[in-house]
Amino acid sequence: MRKRVYGLWSIVYSLLVLQAGLIYLSPSLGYAQPVSAAELMHNAREYDGKVIIFEGEVIGEVMHRHGGAWVNLRDRDYAIGVWMKPEHAALIEYAGSYKTIGDTLRIQGRFNHACIDHAGALDIHALSVEKISPGGLRQEQVNPQRLRNLFILAGVLCLILILRILISK
Amino acid sequence: MLLRPQIKDLKIVTYYLGKIVIGLSLAFLAPLFLALAKQEINPAFDFASGFLITLITGIILVTLCRTKEDLNWMQGMSLVGLSWLAAMFLGALPLFLSGHWASYLDACFEAMSGFSTTGLTLVQGLDHLSFAHNLWRHLMQFIGGQGIVIVALSFFVRGVSGAYRMYFAEAREERVLPNVINTARFIGLVSLVYLVLGTLALTLVGRAEGMPAGSAFFHGLCIFMAAFNTGGFTLRSQSILYYQSFPLEVITIILMVLGAINFKLHYSLWTGERKEVFKDIEIITLFISIMAIFSLTALSLKRAGVYPGVFMLFRRGFYQLASAHTGTGFSTLSPGQFTYFWPGLAFLGIILAMSLGGSTGSTTGGIKALRIGVFFKTMVGEIKKIMLPQSSVLTQKIHHIKEVVLEDRQVRLCLLIFLMYLGLYVAGTIAGCFYGYPLREALFESVSAGANVGLSCGITHPGMPAGLKIIYILQMWIGRLEFISIFTLLGVLVAAARGK
Repeated sequence: MRKRVYGLWSIVYSLLVLQAGLIYLSPSLGYAQPVSAAELMHNAREYDGKVIIFEGEVIGEVMHRHGGAWVNLRDRDYAIGVWMKPEHAALIEYAGSYKTIGDTLRIQGRFNHACIDHAGALDIHALSVEKISPGGLRQEQVNPQRLRNLFILAGVLCLILILRILISK
Repeated sequence: MLLRPQIKDLKIVTYYLGKIVIGLSLAFLAPLFLALAKQEINPAFDFASGFLITLITGIILVTLCRTKEDLNWMQGMSLVGLSWLAAMFLGALPLFLSGHWASYLDACFEAMSGFSTTGLTLVQGLDHLSFAHNLWRHLMQFIGGQGIVIVALSFFVRGVSGAYRMYFAEAREERVLPNVINTARFIGLVSLVYLVLGTLALTLVGRAEGMPAGSAFFHGLCIFMAAFNTGGFTLRSQSILYYQSFPLEVITIILMVLGAINFKLHYSLWTGERKEVFKDIEIITLFISIMAIFSLTALSLKRAGVYPGVFMLFRRGFYQLASAHTGTGFSTLSPGQFTYFWPGLAFLGIILAMSLGGSTGSTTGGIKALRIGVFFKTMVGEIKKIMLPQSSVLTQKIHHIKEVVLEDRQVRLCLLIFLMYLGLYVAGTIAGCFYGYPLREALFESVSAGANVGLSCGITHPGMPAGLKIIYILQMWIGRLEFISIFTLLGVLVAAARGK
């Protein structure tokens, strides 16, 4: 009976020590909550080499090269270049542009203040990629007022040209 | 005694302004056709409206003030100052209509930044901007880099002897060819040849770096227009960092440097006089200046350990420096890196490079290498004078396209413009500090605006005070036209109010 109590206590202590160790080491292992681009850029040295979570909309083009792909993700304030595997990039269906809203991705990856592999660029090397919100085509709403204004302007131009011809005669 | 300008003066200036405005309206057609081709409906409306308003304005001005008289110096100078303001107000129309700029003031800021080849931007949601609006932003830099009036001169103001006055007023002192219209056309031809070659090279690199063909071409075209005209606008919010491409960075450095060279030197190179490159005081000064400031910047970055390797330091450091010195404003750094991580000396190096600028007769802003060269030459001459016997006569020569004897008048003019630029930078810095920004950042942004560079340490933002936006607009305008035509315009306004 005493042995079993000791055994239980030793498990509890071991778990506590493990938990304390994890809490102590957690900043170097990673961050469970998404970090914003502004936070990363303004505190780049603090986050350098750490595994972080970053969420943002895919913008521009997916650029495949040298066995990987560059994908630029933008959150509310800034965009960051993310280096990922081609199979991760294959998840992307829409990249943000005038006519499209890009897919929103959640990246878990290593943040680099001055990446050694990419000549000192500030970037993220993705370890895992998850699509949290699909993008799509943007519906362009045509404002009829704009069309009316255009006709009015064209009318004014015609009137001025006619007057000009009459004056020159 | 101030002489009040007469109605006749106003009529002549307005007539030629009308012609330039009509010329500007035609420039709206390129983004309009692109919008139609890409089926961007609202942008097509924006540019059609901009085209019609500008054309109507131009026709009204030309019709009401029809004249056959030529421009005198005062009229030519005032016209150029006014033309750039008119271009800003009209060029901002399609930008404002797009809804990507928070106010008409922001759109005006963007237009002046474009035409003056600065590159500071207040756009919101750049990554979702239409092809047409992006083309217009870059076209503004191309037109502004060539000189709004020069572009109009080439097409509309044929055989007018007052053309030279406008040419001079647009901060171009030297004619490449005896006839100023032919000079304007030569500049256009040089730019066109580089446009084809530069766009081709950038498109190929874009393709090799994994961009789709269409995107690679459009990005190549726009990057060329911004790089060769030392503009600095980009299609993406991350500037050149977006591409993460070393070959693209190398090509843009070459284009920026080509854009920072005097067009007269381009002419010498085209006509086979390659030795000119090694003799011209401006090129020598520019080279020494870039190398000296880069050494300073690199030393500072190395000491602070910002980049772990030498190649990284060179790639990041030299790119920002070349971009700053040529007045382009491209960046391969993330926002905030200048402010938060670059040490003071490196930061100062970038400010110094921005303030000096490229060559006269190029598309760059800033004090310019020729004036720095003349400044040092004069300084050395003065020291020599002290050391030589009193009876000796010292003649100073510089090689700028040809052997030139330095005269007091030239030296005085160089130093005057040098001092006026310093005044412009200080005025903008005081304004920045007045609005509560730290001295370091206020100085950086002021020099960037006044020297038409476009690098930002974060002050330029849609949320910045409206007063500061207006001050930066004025700085960009004054800096691009190098004071004289602006002061003439102000003089005319004062004379109109107080003259007899």
